[in-house]
Amino acid sequence: MEEPRIGVYVCECGINISAMVDVQAVAELARRLPGVVVARVYKYMCAKPGQQMIQEDIRTLGLNRVVVASCSPRMHEPTFQQAVAEVGLNPYYLQMANIREHASWSTEDRQRATAKAGRLVRGAVFRAAYQAPLEPRRAPITKTALVVGGGVAGIQAALSIAEAGYPVYLVEREPSIGGRMAQLDKTFPTLDCSLCILGPKMVDAGRHPKIRLLTYSELEEVSGCVGNFRVRVRKRARSVDEQKCNGCGLCQEKCPTKVLDTAYEAGLGQRKAIYRPFAQAIPNIPVIDRQHCQFFTKGRCRVCEKVCPTGAIDFAQQDQILELEVGAIVIATGYALWDPAGLAQYSYGLSPNILTGLQFERLVSASGPTGGQILTFEGRPPERIAILHCVGSRDVNAKPYCSRICCMYALKHAHQVREKTGAQVYQFYMDMRAFGKGYEEFYQRVQEEGVVFVRGRGAEVDVLPDGKLRVRAEDANLGRLVCVDVDMVILASAMEPQPDTDRLAALCRIGRSPDGWLAEAHPKLRPSETATAGIFLAGCCQGPRDIPDTVSHADAAAMHVVRLFNQGEITISPTVAQVQVEKCVGCGECILVCAYSAIQRNQHGKAEVNPALCQGCGTCAAACPSQAIQSLHFTDQQLVAQIDGLLEEVFGTL
Amino acid sequence: MGEPFEPRIVAFLCNWCSYTGADNAGIARMKSPPEVLPIRVMCSGRVSPEMILRCFRAGADGVLVLGCHIGDCHYISGNHRTAKRIPLVQRLLSYVGINPERLRLDWVSSAEAPKFVQITNEFVQTIRSLGPIRQELGLPRMGGGR
Ligand SMILES: Cc1cc2nc3c(=O)[nH]c(=O)nc-3n(C[C@H](O)[C@H](O)[C@H](O)COP(=O)(O)OP(=O)(O)OC[C@H]3O[C@@H](n4cnc5c(N)ncnc54)[C@H](O)[C@@H]3O)c2cc1C
Ligand code: FES
Repeated sequence: MEEPRIGVYVCECGINISAMVDVQAVAELARRLPGVVVARVYKYMCAKPGQQMIQEDIRTLGLNRVVVASCSPRMHEPTFQQAVAEVGLNPYYLQMANIREHASWSTEDRQRATAKAGRLVRGAVFRAAYQAPLEPRRAPITKTALVVGGGVAGIQAALSIAEAGYPVYLVEREPSIGGRMAQLDKTFPTLDCSLCILGPKMVDAGRHPKIRLLTYSELEEVSGCVGNFRVRVRKRARSVDEQKCNGCGLCQEKCPTKVLDTAYEAGLGQRKAIYRPFAQAIPNIPVIDRQHCQFFTKGRCRVCEKVCPTGAIDFAQQDQILELEVGAIVIATGYALWDPAGLAQYSYGLSPNILTGLQFERLVSASGPTGGQILTFEGRPPERIAILHCVGSRDVNAKPYCSRICCMYALKHAHQVREKTGAQVYQFYMDMRAFGKGYEEFYQRVQEEGVVFVRGRGAEVDVLPDGKLRVRAEDANLGRLVCVDVDMVILASAMEPQPDTDRLAALCRIGRSPDGWLAEAHPKLRPSETATAGIFLAGCCQGPRDIPDTVSHADAAAMHVVRLFNQGEITISPTVAQVQVEKCVGCGECILVCAYSAIQRNQHGKAEVNPALCQGCGTCAAACPSQAIQSLHFTDQQLVAQIDGLLEEVFGTL
Repeated sequence: MGEPFEPRIVAFLCNWCSYTGADNAGIARMKSPPEVLPIRVMCSGRVSPEMILRCFRAGADGVLVLGCHIGDCHYISGNHRTAKRIPLVQRLLSYVGINPERLRLDWVSSAEAPKFVQITNEFVQTIRSLGPIRQELGLPRMGGGR
């Protein structure tokens, strides 16, 4: 280590520091410390003349360490780091002593505040002697994005990134993009037809020259880090040649095998074994459901092959593994719907006339199984319908959170029933959460349409012997039990995280919040970033939200991707963990404690840190039993020196 | 006894929660005991047993480790390690005759400036009632000092 030549700069901060700390005494103490060449006091160290004073001393006195005793490093560390760097001193030779927040502002007694400031400065000077130069590393960026999930969030994010000029892979596991929004009939509060507003976006995404759709595909592996991820995607065999298929639909028409459609039609309708999930599917290319296709199960049929005019059917097609290189990833995997059978009191599954909200969307949709007519399972128009809010939401026995969209879609359903049938609607709710633009107005409108509102959670649904449904609830306004018999019940069931969220979170090394949704980097200020640089969140995968909020969130995620790509290269902080190979015994303790999978064993069995993944927390350094890992800029030596500096006396032995 | 006992306490504060909490206490001009000398670490998970022992060796009468609340660690799970490690160090301390109460772990978020003040005051009280660590170890009182 070269001989330290330390300059100490004590700031008065106007009078913020000097009013309570004897700054001259602190500077005087500093002058007597080992290695200190100069100690000065100035009124505003962070102002231009203060910075210039430091720079001048570095040049003329040959300082190689600088200690600034002023405000919190959280405030001005970057300022002073830059100031010293401007005159060629490595910024990691700077150390700060926080004598404002931690001394002058927090102490009542001038003498004690001065004594504490002195200790803090001594700690900083001792530490500075052991500081070492570090260089941030730069790496080029692969300016291509990956979007996982092709719901409205993923479509919006992909389009925004592509429009900014960067290529995008859009991975969707279903045969078509569109997500839940493609299943909806109309959207609150404006009641525009869902597919009429989503369809054009789907088409744009499908034909955009910068977007490559990978449908019927899934993410298998993610490695690397921000700017340079490598991902592996499995493109499942469609059994249809995408180049040859012209989307005529003849195969689907002629296929003799009918299958209950639990996906798009939510169990209310049927599809064929070769199918497009819906007429407006993008891409307009069918898939063969190999579990049900008679050729795959019994080895005969081949009707689709016979009728296909372009010879596109390919029974031998194999899954394809694609290795992609991308600079940023947007997760837009949306939500699942909680199964109301989880709470027995709703009798879900015991009568075909007890529907979930999503099933009702299919029932009321013109493209749905009844052509949009609201009919009971028996094919009769219902006379009375009950709509139950908060089924599974805001319920400690299911999901404690509010799913945010159900109040509004339940109101929409009430409106649709009133519009299309003469049926009486009973709406059971706890609180009406009409929080968005135009939402309260929509609530007013539905109230005027003659819907009966009962304040109280629909507590129980019973299936009566004659097939009628009895709903019981406590009317909180009247303070008594109410009981209505109806022909149909719609359960506004909760949204929940996708069942494979765990796997996805592990693949991408991102966290989950306690309620199970993917975790954002900050609940207020960084809602579309994750704790892993370069991976962003869009839409309901982060938590329940409606379409307008989903679209804004997706655009925010796209903006982060574009911002990253515009930078052109990434800077990797040098304050990472470093292994001293001679000391490492390969025990693997560090690998266990690292939350970022930044440490691996190399071929010699020794720990090796990937500096691009390491976030510099230092947990591994503290855990290493061989003291073989150093947390750069927070090394054992540096911290020990600081401890010794803070505490005046040193014992002989302990 | 000669002059009154002025305890010396080292407080390891994680950058993201507790150090910020301490800063915010200062910004709000809340008074906290000057006996407590903060060291900023990026995460409470950085605080190794060696660092804590070094504090005692260097004359600290108490060591405070403050981090983000469980679930809030900026580095996801660094503080889980801290939560496991500190009780172990406390056991080691009592083994060598140091009252384990001289080491305290707690969680202070950046929004909890009053909690920072409360914990540091409490801890200084505790250390005062325990007396100087040299006394506990039967070591002679420091003469003169540096
Ligand atoms: C009954 C009902 C009615 C509603 N009505 C309205 C309304 O009127 N107005 C309104 O604003 N909102 C409404 N909503 C809310 C709306 O559905 C959501 O806001 C919107 O769909 C969220 O979009 P998303 O892209 O985040 O998620 P999703 O629509 O769930 O899309 C996620 C996509 O990601 C795919 N995916 C999931 N996991 C993976 C994976 N691992 N790999 C690849 N792909 C994957 C899925 O297949 C899906 O295509 C309603 C919701 C329900 C349940
Ligand atoms: S960052 Fe505060 S404890 Fe980990």
